[in-house]
Amino acid sequence: MDGEELTEQETALYDRQIRVWGAGAQRRLSKSHVLVSGIKGTVAEFCKNIVLAGVGSVTLLDNRLVTTEALNANFLIRPNGNAHIGKTVAEICCDSLKEFNPMVHVSVAKGDLSTLDIDFFNKFDVVVVGYSSRATKKAVNEKCRKLTKRVAFYTVDCRSSCGEIFVDLQDYKYAKKKLDETVECELTYTSFEEAVSVPWKLIPRRTAKLYFAMRVIELFEETEGRKPGDCSLSDLPGVLKLKKQLCEGNSVNENHIPDSLLERLVSDNTEFPPACAIIGGILGQEVIKAISGKGEPLKNFFYFDAEDGKGVIEDISKP
Amino acid sequence: MDTQQQQSAIKGAKVLMVGAGGIGCELLKTLALSGFEDIHIIDMDTIEVSNLNRQFLFRRSHVGQSKAKVARDAVLRFRPHINIRSYHANVKNPEFDVDFFKQFDVVLNGLDNLDARRHVNRLCLAADVPLVESGTTGFLGQVTVHVKGKTECYECQTKPAPKTYPVCTITSTPTKFVHCIVWAKDLLFAKLFGDKNQENDLNVRSHNAASSSKEKEDVFERAEDEDIEQYGRKIYDHVFGSNIENALANEETWKNRRRPRPIYSKEVLPESLTQQNGSAQNCSVTGGDSVISAMPSLGLKNPQELWGLTQNSLVFIEALKLFFAKRKKEIGHLTFDKDDQLAVEFVTAAANIRAESFGIPLHSLFEAKGIAGNIVHAVATTNAIIAGLIVIEAIKVLKKDANKYRMTYCLEHPSRKMLLMPVEPFEPNPSCYVCSKTPLVLEINTQKSKLRDLVDRIVTAKLGMNLPLIMHGASLLYEVGDDLDDIMVANYNANLEKYLAELPSPIVNGSSLTVEDLQQELSCKINVKHREEFDEEKEPEGMVLSGWTQPPATNGESASTSNNENAVDVTESSSGSEIATKKRRLSETQPENHKKETQNVESDDDDFMEIENPMLVSKKKKRVE
Repeated sequence: MDGEELTEQETALYDRQIRVWGAGAQRRLSKSHVLVSGIKGTVAEFCKNIVLAGVGSVTLLDNRLVTTEALNANFLIRPNGNAHIGKTVAEICCDSLKEFNPMVHVSVAKGDLSTLDIDFFNKFDVVVVGYSSRATKKAVNEKCRKLTKRVAFYTVDCRSSCGEIFVDLQDYKYAKKKLDETVECELTYTSFEEAVSVPWKLIPRRTAKLYFAMRVIELFEETEGRKPGDCSLSDLPGVLKLKKQLCEGNSVNENHIPDSLLERLVSDNTEFPPACAIIGGILGQEVIKAISGKGEPLKNFFYFDAEDGKGVIEDISKP
Repeated sequence: MDTQQQQSAIKGAKVLMVGAGGIGCELLKTLALSGFEDIHIIDMDTIEVSNLNRQFLFRRSHVGQSKAKVARDAVLRFRPHINIRSYHANVKNPEFDVDFFKQFDVVLNGLDNLDARRHVNRLCLAADVPLVESGTTGFLGQVTVHVKGKTECYECQTKPAPKTYPVCTITSTPTKFVHCIVWAKDLLFAKLFGDKNQENDLNVRSHNAASSSKEKEDVFERAEDEDIEQYGRKIYDHVFGSNIENALANEETWKNRRRPRPIYSKEVLPESLTQQNGSAQNCSVTGGDSVISAMPSLGLKNPQELWGLTQNSLVFIEALKLFFAKRKKEIGHLTFDKDDQLAVEFVTAAANIRAESFGIPLHSLFEAKGIAGNIVHAVATTNAIIAGLIVIEAIKVLKKDANKYRMTYCLEHPSRKMLLMPVEPFEPNPSCYVCSKTPLVLEINTQKSKLRDLVDRIVTAKLGMNLPLIMHGASLLYEVGDDLDDIMVANYNANLEKYLAELPSPIVNGSSLTVEDLQQELSCKINVKHREEFDEEKEPEGMVLSGWTQPPATNGESASTSNNENAVDVTESSSGSEIATKKRRLSETQPENHKKETQNVESDDDDFMEIENPMLVSKKKKRVE
């Protein structure tokens, strides 16, 4: 009963999914505004999913110029010869996404994610940070947390055939079906900064190795002044050295993080398209849940590794 | 990582995709991005408006066009230099024979029905080509790998008949009576007597969506003073007459299908019913609170009797009149209930009229009441995830990485922290009649069953054969094919009407039949056991086929003992199709999912929609029943 009815056009197009999540959820989706940055393969998949689902608007932030590298795993960019010269990834992807669903407003924002001011984020209900440095993730997450309205914050990364999603919904209430009645549930999330600074000693041993591996690489790139994802096999000795230090500092065994995993993550910085589809699919589903308030959202990390095929949820919150 | 080896395996592979729908669109995109360069894709369907929310390669301007072709063109726009070949055709067509399948390195299924899945499974076995099979239902999905001799085939576990159907089959192209039932119950009944605001697929989507939806609004709205019978006839003419005519206008749909016949009330009913049959006022009430029924006033007593078109049409109008005359207050709030006599009558009549229109055999009220089905729906994200998992398995198959094959389940609620749960595939079932050629046992009354019953209920329905041939010893009793001469056809047709024990080569207790499908290259032996009596309730077909599967309980155990100790999930996934049950059970232990066992599956969970996988759903249904 919230807000106006869906239009006839919306009802016709979204028919199949309205039957899944209901007209109320569809209305909330159509009024939501999503900011997305870093449009590589996984984020391209995610964008497709939420545009099809019918969010109100998607704002794209990616100032990279289109190169052959950007084409990898990103089906939103067509190899158009010279037509892309001088255009940013966000601009090209914007044109493609508009075609998927004319009812969604897709636009491009300019600027550097890490320096955009807090008012900028106030326009959005969901912020998705793809492929960013640790510092940027922290900074954007803090800005979102300072706003009076709740902005759902996500980060997503895909390296080789592995991926990580982080979710911060702050204090989140959602409807859950219990027997025949719907009950209100509440979850409290940890910020990115807090989540990545939980002492390793306190984290259960069976936690996904990817959590630790991603923290090592993140820190390596930060200390070496690299761009996110800018690693190669020649960095492996440095990464392994850092791993050793971190394990010692956290008083956990070095075997905690397999060298082979770190090797895969640094040596192959192209994305594996099937992994993009899977991680972009999970992220899409989570954002739809968060906007619609229907269904239990994941808390607070998700990992996928095509090597073992598992898609695992880990809750790593401040103790 | 052996990326180099992987890339060359991908580049050199020739892949067949079956299905260009929800999973198919995602799969074709992910294959192209992953570096596959030679992809063939088969799909017989055309694009509909309601596909567009998830089949992202299609646009509004493509409605009515071939899915396979449009999907191909769309992917070539971002990967122009690869080879994609599209076939707008049914995968069961004879041109897709074993030789056709042999040219591929792997076959990937994104299908929506059991029939086609079984057919492709058999061709893959015959051609010895690995198959990656998939399905999604709402937020659930699964991917399985079937490699001859290494893992179980798609049919190693029994597949209960699917109880849900593709949406377009229901709205536009029914081929079975159950499709008409689902249409009558979930679309027509719901539109007339249920929540008026519910969006509904009743009207066949035409190219001009705006005009058809406008018309729809006018037709179903009954004016205050409108005569009920006139209103009923208007509805009749709309849904069985003009709607069918509209559908016929889309030539592409009927290229490979039988064209339906529009039916108008004036062709089958006298001008005024009231004078002929008495009116709604005096027809049904025999006692104080007796059941409201349209049958008595029409002189219909036996629910097992088959009504003709005229009788069904009379029931349709009479039942509709009774709803307005006797149950007006309920209109707008009704949902179909199999215990609601008038609702069953209405749905039976409507389904039969539709069946008549599409050349589908009509059914009695008794039979119609027993047939249940519901339309359910999918979301784009599950399809995308499943497509990614299919490609991962396909690459392992191409690298012949047999010990890494997994079947993977996509769950709605995490099970032991996992949303994507990989499980080791099972070994072939040694008593599977499809991949292990074990004889089957058929219990049947050989004096009271005709060859036609055997062909319809066993060979076609149970064994899923497309072009069957039945031999008894050296005697050929029946076959289907294009190259038969008239004398043979007449001979076979005569045989169909004979009782088994009276055939030229009599089938009696102890007879052994050979049933073959030349297209599927499947041959199986059936040992016949004569039996006099069958339980009408439990064995309504009057025959029982057994022999290739153990009951699920023992099946689970044998499967897990044959499975590797370090399988990810041995303890909870005792068998391929069982896991859905187990998984339901797991999630049901969580508070939000506690459901009464008796609760009707249709109303229990609005998150459970489009069925693209009969395995999961039928299991679920089975459990709830």
